[in-house]
Amino acid sequence: MNVKNYVRFEFQSLPENISFARSCVAAFAAQLDCTLDDIEEIKLVVSEAVSNSIIHGYASNPHEKVVIAVSIMDDDTLEIIVEDYGVGIEDVEKAMEPTYSTDPSRMGLGFTFMKSFMDELEVVSKPGKGTTVKLKRNFAVANKEAYA
Amino acid sequence: MEGIIIFLQKIVIATVEGGDSQVDVEIKMVRNTLVIRVNGELDMVMAEKLKKEMEARLDEGEVKNLIVNLEKVTFIDSSGLGVIIAGYKKVMAANGRMYIVGAKPNVKRILILSGVSKLIPIYDTEQEVINL
Ligand SMILES: Nc1ncnc2c1ncn2[C@@H]1O[C@H](COP(=O)(O)OP(=O)(O)O)[C@@H](O)[C@H]1O
Ligand SMILES: [Mg+2]
Repeated sequence: MNVKNYVRFEFQSLPENISFARSCVAAFAAQLDCTLDDIEEIKLVVSEAVSNSIIHGYASNPHEKVVIAVSIMDDDTLEIIVEDYGVGIEDVEKAMEPTYSTDPSRMGLGFTFMKSFMDELEVVSKPGKGTTVKLKRNFAVANKEAYA
Repeated sequence: MEGIIIFLQKIVIATVEGGDSQVDVEIKMVRNTLVIRVNGELDMVMAEKLKKEMEARLDEGEVKNLIVNLEKVTFIDSSGLGVIIAGYKKVMAANGRMYIVGAKPNVKRILILSGVSKLIPIYDTEQEVINL
């Protein structure tokens, strides 16, 4: 599959940048044939992934770096990659279980939202090295019914 | 060129801040009910502000019931849900009641999907709750 268009940006791990990140990705995704609800969902999944990098990956240290790459493929698949170089995840499968969180004050729903609003969620993580979250969703007109 | 850049900056600022200069969290007491009105995007940044304001009031001990007004909330994620649930736990521990009011359709949808609406009833207006 070829890339039709992409953006890539990185930013400091400041909580204030979470809203910047989701707005940017949503603005880029708007060139796809998607509804306002779709845009809301894209904002949500980006917010979850970036918050995870900042809160968990970097334990809220604001001097680290988060990288986002967004691509639109030939077949109108949107691919969002969120990457950090933080603590990583020991047990990815466990981390993805609904309501699982290593922080008792949190909901443990980040990955659950990412899974339910996207077609594919892939998490690659290495303890001590960092985490890469890859989210994919197809926006080709023929696939619309799936989310109607 | 400079004009275009300023224009683009304005668009970004408008999306990031919701284009509104009102306060983020507004607090009011109606008898023993604490009413909190949130304004903007309820993500981790806003959640922290809300948590601080809310817990300070709830810990004073005069509050029995809590109404969180989300009328002006344009976005919510799991950090926002987390602070609402934190408030719910505190209110329940003190045998009070909690309500959410005014959630827009996109916000309401997340409250439903997450199961939060099963714990905390959602109403349209503050008045409706006060009249209960
Ligand atoms: N980028 C990351 N770096 C390190 N740990 C992470 C990362 N993302 C998620 N995790 C781990 O996975 C768990 C579940 O994440 P999530 O479903 O978003 O729930 P929550 O953020 O509420 O804890 C987190 O509690 C954390 O332990
Ligand atoms: Mg999370």
